[in-house]
Amino acid sequence: MAKEFIKGNEAIGKAAILAGLDCYFGYPITPQSELPEYLAAEMPKVGKTFLQAESEVAAINMVYGAAGTGIRVMTSSSSPGVSLKLEGISYIAGAELPCVVVNVQRGGPGLGNIAPEQGDYFQATKGGGHGNYRLIVLAPDSGQEMADFTMLAFDLAEKYRNPVMLLADGYLGQMKEAVEFKKPERKTPANDWTIGNKLGKANVITSIDIEPEKLEKHNLNLLAKYNKIKENEVRFEEFMTDDCELFVVAYGITSRVVRSAVELAREKGIKVGMLRPQTLFPFPKDIINKLSEKTKKVLVCELSTGQMVEDVQLSSAPGTDVYFYGRCGGMVPTDIELVEQIEKILEGKGEIFK
Amino acid sequence: MAKIKIAEEFCKECGLCVEACPKKILEISNRLNTKGYKVVQITDMDSCIGCGACAKVCPDIVISVYKD
Amino acid sequence: MKTVYERPKCLKDRHFHYCPGCGHGVIHKLIAEIIDELGIQDRTVGVAPVGCAVFAYWYYDVDFSQAAHGRAPAVATGIKRAKPDSIVFSYQGDGDLAAIGTAEIIHAANRGENITVIFVNNAIYGMTGGQMAPTTLVGQKASTAPYGRNPENEGYPIKVCELLSTLRGTTYLERTAITTPGSIIQTKKAIKKAFQNQLDGKGFSLVEVLSQCPTNWGMKPTDGTKFIKEQMMPVFPLGVYKDLSDEKGGSK
Repeated sequence: MAKEFIKGNEAIGKAAILAGLDCYFGYPITPQSELPEYLAAEMPKVGKTFLQAESEVAAINMVYGAAGTGIRVMTSSSSPGVSLKLEGISYIAGAELPCVVVNVQRGGPGLGNIAPEQGDYFQATKGGGHGNYRLIVLAPDSGQEMADFTMLAFDLAEKYRNPVMLLADGYLGQMKEAVEFKKPERKTPANDWTIGNKLGKANVITSIDIEPEKLEKHNLNLLAKYNKIKENEVRFEEFMTDDCELFVVAYGITSRVVRSAVELAREKGIKVGMLRPQTLFPFPKDIINKLSEKTKKVLVCELSTGQMVEDVQLSSAPGTDVYFYGRCGGMVPTDIELVEQIEKILEGKGEIFK
Repeated sequence: MAKIKIAEEFCKECGLCVEACPKKILEISNRLNTKGYKVVQITDMDSCIGCGACAKVCPDIVISVYKD
Repeated sequence: MKTVYERPKCLKDRHFHYCPGCGHGVIHKLIAEIIDELGIQDRTVGVAPVGCAVFAYWYYDVDFSQAAHGRAPAVATGIKRAKPDSIVFSYQGDGDLAAIGTAEIIHAANRGENITVIFVNNAIYGMTGGQMAPTTLVGQKASTAPYGRNPENEGYPIKVCELLSTLRGTTYLERTAITTPGSIIQTKKAIKKAFQNQLDGKGFSLVEVLSQCPTNWGMKPTDGTKFIKEQMMPVFPLGVYKDLSDEKGGSK
């Protein structure tokens, strides 16, 4: 298929329709509104349902209702809106329903601003909602991955009957890039558990278990699922890590700047590489452990005051110095700025993340 | 002729049927079901007209009603 | 002998967990009878949000979705939009519908969502133990209004049928009660019409049923019915608050 010059938010929409999106429930919030706008125009053309809800809370509960029938359903929002959806997400995870939730991150906390940030890493990967649940979290770094990971998200959601989050940011949402939309091949998942399909089984979609023994057993089943996801679904990209003395861990838009910084540093003879997580849950801890065993030094770059860096600390080999460099509030580092950080670390003047 | 059947185990001694019965032939007995509620009983089955008022007001489907 | 009354087919043979005299049992029976009579058991999907009736799915032999507190109209919307030929009803209490879920019910109604809402108004939070609800009467005591509801501090009871009747999207709104055999017959008629509207694609129908909560009202069930008649009905007059059932063609 030919490439198309398209905005990231719209690339998600187009990919979702190609992946067979049946229902979308959303609510306006910058910087993701182009997605519901795109879907409002395109979904009726393919006889599918677009509905703007009265709030993000209502939207995620509409997703919960539709997901219970086994169709493909998605919602999207940005940081504060995702906070409103967390109770619903916890219900969806507890009831083991497949769906896709898109978060195009913006500056926080509170109202923050509408500029891009990566301040929702903890919210996405450490729960955010209540209870022992995990979201599969995909972190695209480009228009291409915004499309590819949307399709992947639907497949993973159905494979594990679990909510999947696409964690993007305002840049990726607003940037236009050339994107090739692949033709997804869909497996038809079992639907014997669903409601609204006249199965005559009086199925129940629920997350309630008032008997402690049953709820514990349910939680342990969820844990087993999450462990299987950790085993099978880790995705990352290595960039120039074969001979590196230091590697940078960065995801999403930040990784684009790090990529340039690595190239610049290499021109100066500095052996540095990048490890880019594509899944934030499951986190690529084994490769980080392996690389840090060799380099004993790792720099983490985020558009935040340090969130993923904690997972890198946990994953690194013993004795590894973990450094951090972050901008936030909508500020973004330049590649030159990062090269200076890399040089400082290699000169032994870096500040270890406390 | 009409008659009712009482599923005593389902009765919770709420008394709504006793009040609703137009023929005033229902009462709370002194017999307890396994949940510890005094179960409803009919005092004069022959007077039952099968109107079903008791079954309508009963919140727990204790009473089934039959009629010729 | 002919059967005048027996357990409805789509109600499982299980004890209700509700307190003695609670109105939920009566309303559950009516809905089950209607599902049997309309022959829609395999198409029906119930939505039970948090509240005493969150366990309604224990009793109905139909598909069910258990919703978060206040969100049943949104969950019902999701189900109906995903599976338009399913018959979706949400079964909500007064705290659920008129407090935390006010936005959801207003917007589902305003969209004319083709669903059936059964709104059980017993003027109290039952499951959590008797707190004040948005429909608690002025002066009525509750665990969080121990001196009686004081309008200066907590405002006045919310009249849902009247409120929703101002919304263009609603098709049918009626308030009934289950205090006497006669009122129960009227309630069943209203609920059946609300389901029939959905079957005919006529949009949003809601039946508000004045019901009792003997335990948290601190009353015998037979006194509860008096309380509804003497105290609640003057504040929540029974009747039809909107009925476009005949005018609206089956659009939804």
